[in-house]
Amino acid sequence: MAPAITLTGGAMLEGAVLFAPLSLTMKGGAWTCLLGPSGVGKSTILRLIAGLDVPVDFDGSITASDNAPVPPRIAYMAQSDLLLPWASVTENVAIGARLRGERPDLTRAQGLIDRVGLTDHAAKKPHALSGGQRQRAALARTLMEDRVVILLDEPFSALDARTRAEMQDLAAELLTGRTVLLVTHDPGEAARLGQSIHVMTGRDLRAFGAPDTAAPRAVDDPAMLGLQGDLHRFLREAA
Amino acid sequence: MKLRNVLYAFLALVAVWQAIVTLTGQPHFILPSPLRVAEAMWSSRALLAEHALITLLEVVIGLAIGAVLGAATAIHLAGSPRARAVLQPVLVFSQAIPVFALAPILTLWLGYGLWSKVFMAVLIIYFPITSAFFDGLMRTPQGYLDMARVMGATPGAIMRRIRIPAALPSLGSGLRLGAVYAPIGAVIGEWVGSSNGLGYLMLLANGRAKIDLMFAAVIVLGALSVLLYWLVDRMIARLIPAR
Repeated sequence: MAPAITLTGGAMLEGAVLFAPLSLTMKGGAWTCLLGPSGVGKSTILRLIAGLDVPVDFDGSITASDNAPVPPRIAYMAQSDLLLPWASVTENVAIGARLRGERPDLTRAQGLIDRVGLTDHAAKKPHALSGGQRQRAALARTLMEDRVVILLDEPFSALDARTRAEMQDLAAELLTGRTVLLVTHDPGEAARLGQSIHVMTGRDLRAFGAPDTAAPRAVDDPAMLGLQGDLHRFLREAA
Repeated sequence: MKLRNVLYAFLALVAVWQAIVTLTGQPHFILPSPLRVAEAMWSSRALLAEHALITLLEVVIGLAIGAVLGAATAIHLAGSPRARAVLQPVLVFSQAIPVFALAPILTLWLGYGLWSKVFMAVLIIYFPITSAFFDGLMRTPQGYLDMARVMGATPGAIMRRIRIPAALPSLGSGLRLGAVYAPIGAVIGEWVGSSNGLGYLMLLANGRAKIDLMFAAVIVLGALSVLLYWLVDRMIARLIPAR
């Protein structure tokens, strides 16, 4: 069972409050969406959980429900696919083991490349792929790490609408059972994928109830569309 | 660099040269005409080839040693903050001493043969190669480093699999500079003390008032440098594909 992760605390950026003390819990084995406009500190929260350097003073704690350390159990996917341009898709998918000085399981890498639909592209370099294919390769690399906590920092925001919906479906399917935090500024994305949704504004963090339907919700699911509208309105009023 | 453009540039240069000779009416022992120099080049072709080969050898060995030393230094500096703290000031200080000033000392220590010239070439290209590659190694895109950190990568593997490959285009720039500078180092070494090489031939021809031969040696040296640059450029383009 994937653990729940809780971040509690506030952050200061160069002497000013970036976000006031708040508490964000990612439910174990579920998708949590963190929605908000640019510049409110969403990515900072994600980086704090990942154990990455942040330019802020964070006063608080990050804990897992099983009390084990969080960063070693994390895989991370960013808006930029971060594929190494000199390496093939297979080499990119298997990069984690190589970076740890281990022998990569290439059979497993091939299996994941098949699952994200890149079978015919495994030997290609990233520049030969489309934007959607590149994010599929990045998703396969994330899965290859086989971590229980997955942090997604707007990984689909640079894709066109159709490719984005496909990637959301694929990610939801392949990341089932893991504790996922999706940072996004797209209310529609949060409404499709979130099992719990938190909206971060300059002032505070507001929880929104997710529809009863299972994620990923259909793009024309009425409950999803209703929630999307509510989120939109809230974001505009909070601005 | 297209071969045709090189040819155009060369022809333009010859035309300007001939124009200056015609307009100023300088005697041939001050400024020989392009035709005289071409004649000298042809009649002394064996001599020129013999000395050019020596200079080429010095330059190529110097470039190879300088590239390996420069790359190794850059990796060492990029990988170790302590090495940076200690070595960087030393490197910058060493650049404050003109390499030319060291030439007589090198000749004194290494003799009149090949190695004092190789060492001059190494000295002159070491810093540009180190500095270009080091800059590249310190500018790894942050996203790659974040990803590697989350993956639990070791510093050695990050260097080998991410930072070095990402910095290869910078190393390429350093090597291109090296290909241009290395002949300068070798020729300075030959001027200071040697019994062969194009630099030596230039001094010899000058001493015997064979100015046309001296010009021929300069032109061969220039052609050699351009050829070397072209070869290094092609090699880099092949080994480090554009991204």
